[in-house]
Amino acid sequence: MWWHLIEQIFPYAIAYTVPLLITALGGLYSERSGVVNIGLEGLMVVGFFTSALTISRLESSLSPVVAIGLGLVLATLAGAVFSLLHAFASVTLNANQVISGTAINMLAGAITVYLARHITGSGNILIMNGLIRRNVPVLSKIPILGPLFFTQTYVTTWLVLAILLLSWFLLYRTPFGLRLRACGEHPQAADAAGINVYRMRYIAVLLSGACAGLGGAIILVTYAGEFNGTVAGLGFLALAALIFGQWKPLGILGATFFFGLASTIANVSQAIPALAKVPGIFLKNFPYIVTLLVLVFFSKSTQAPRAAGEPYDKGKR
Amino acid sequence: MKKEIGQEYTVALLAIGLGLLAGAVLMLVTGNNPLLGFFYLFSGGLMNITRIGNTLATATPLIFTGLSVAFAFRTGLFNIGAAGQMLIGGLCATALGLTLPWPKPLLLPVIVLAAALGGALWGLVPGWLKAKFNVHEVVCTIMMNWIAYWSVYYIVPAYFKGAYLETESRRIPEAASLKVGWLTRLFKGSYINLGFFIAIATVLIIAYILDRTTLGYELKAVGYNRDAAEYAGIQANRNIILSMMIAGACAGLGGAAFYVGYASNMQIGVLPSQGFDGIAVALLGANSPWGVFMAAIFFGLLHSGKGFMNAMTKVPPEIADSIIATIIYFAATSVLMERLRQRLQKRRQARDKTDLPLDPEAKLQEKVGGVG
Repeated sequence: MWWHLIEQIFPYAIAYTVPLLITALGGLYSERSGVVNIGLEGLMVVGFFTSALTISRLESSLSPVVAIGLGLVLATLAGAVFSLLHAFASVTLNANQVISGTAINMLAGAITVYLARHITGSGNILIMNGLIRRNVPVLSKIPILGPLFFTQTYVTTWLVLAILLLSWFLLYRTPFGLRLRACGEHPQAADAAGINVYRMRYIAVLLSGACAGLGGAIILVTYAGEFNGTVAGLGFLALAALIFGQWKPLGILGATFFFGLASTIANVSQAIPALAKVPGIFLKNFPYIVTLLVLVFFSKSTQAPRAAGEPYDKGKR
Repeated sequence: MKKEIGQEYTVALLAIGLGLLAGAVLMLVTGNNPLLGFFYLFSGGLMNITRIGNTLATATPLIFTGLSVAFAFRTGLFNIGAAGQMLIGGLCATALGLTLPWPKPLLLPVIVLAAALGGALWGLVPGWLKAKFNVHEVVCTIMMNWIAYWSVYYIVPAYFKGAYLETESRRIPEAASLKVGWLTRLFKGSYINLGFFIAIATVLIIAYILDRTTLGYELKAVGYNRDAAEYAGIQANRNIILSMMIAGACAGLGGAAFYVGYASNMQIGVLPSQGFDGIAVALLGANSPWGVFMAAIFFGLLHSGKGFMNAMTKVPPEIADSIIATIIYFAATSVLMERLRQRLQKRRQARDKTDLPLDPEAKLQEKVGGVG
């Protein structure tokens, strides 16, 4: 009975994890280069909106698969373009990164709903076709692992996992990754070694915007199906997952999956007799309280990039 | 000192100007007449005494959340948790208002105090975690926002469920409302309530704490340089906790002003936007209590006029939020504006100086062409 339950919950948990994972990865790029990006939430909303607009416009004239693909690509680009605002403020102008990020969040939320309301009147944008869940051929027949990981999967899940692997390789096995991380640890030293700190940070923030935009689009095409102006704090949760995962790709995978599982359990608790007895207030608050506890344990000896949040000042030692 | 204040005004006015400009562009892009839009936006907030009252009532929670963010800022803390603190303050006020069958003069002070305490408690947690375990207050206050959100989401329907809807609380009785008859009559049936006067009192108190007390001096010292403050014998940890508690209390009062003043019941499933607007208010007001007050009135005007504008034109009401968000962005990049101003000033000075004889080094540089 328990096994059956786990088999049922797992695909939902993964579906919920993936947008968080890709957004947290975006945060990883940005923070590793030394720029705190609290605007992830807003950048997700931008991707959410762009994909909804693209798909709703094109799905009747093009085939749904093409429309969804285009929606994902354009959302990624829109996230990157919007994050330029954050890069400009926090890298070029040395503005307070947290305030700039907050402005991004407010701006994204306001402008997208403004435009959506102008377009549809209600402020919501509905799409007719989402992604279809598929079983992975051959692999889904493996006992235990098959039902958990390879049945009822979205293609975006595999895309995001591929990006995760790629990111790990990029950050830890290439000169580019080393330079990017150097900018987040000791930008003055990186500069002395001939690295253009400003350019690196721009690239990193753009990558974070692209990832968050993709994350927002994935929410739309997998479980939301409708743009409604908010991603309900997922961007902030991604930021917490980044800290929980101690700024490492694999750590982030674990942390986001924990959030995904916890949220799914809270959402389906009513249908499960054993969990229905636990008051919802505990289940819903569980991920946040655990995050606070984890922060308590990790914050004393934090692995945070040393220069994260500090504007780069060339003259400083 | 005078010059500094002048600068802050310039930055604030510039940010407002650019924000309104961005709003105009947004209206143009969506095929609306910006002049007409702004006319209805502002007349919607100022047209008659009722609407002026509504503008002040809309501004009231913003004054509180703005004070909350600004106060924490002065101690070097970034309080994104005003929304959650406001929710808990509102929950405490609503709960007592629905439970205690006391007469109004006795009940109101208790409600207001409870809201402040609830908010202070919600500020205490991040403050304590920051002081004790060095947990970053930004992430912590965000988590506290969601904990407040889900707590209200379950507590309100469980104990204070409304007569018709699952998603809101019962209406609070007249005795528990900050609205009073004479004020409502004075403003011809507007939403204005005692919260506005409590807000003015709070502005005065916060200004007093910051500028006239040892506590305020210590808080600011910790904000400028924690290590230096500690070296001077100031207990940084104690001040961080206190600062977050006072900030939380301000936001909690905002919850009372909104949920038992402006509104008369609590909706679940909403994080109050005033919490985040408070950040914009604090920034625009340059973190000074009276600056916060004026900025909140301005944003209140935008928010209370947007409905009328939406009724008279086709401009969606989110234009107000877009303008506010643009203002916060430009206020955050005030460094740029400041730099731009300095560069212009330098150029002007350089132009004035050309009449004076140049010193040899400058002459040499001019020959090489390296002045700039």
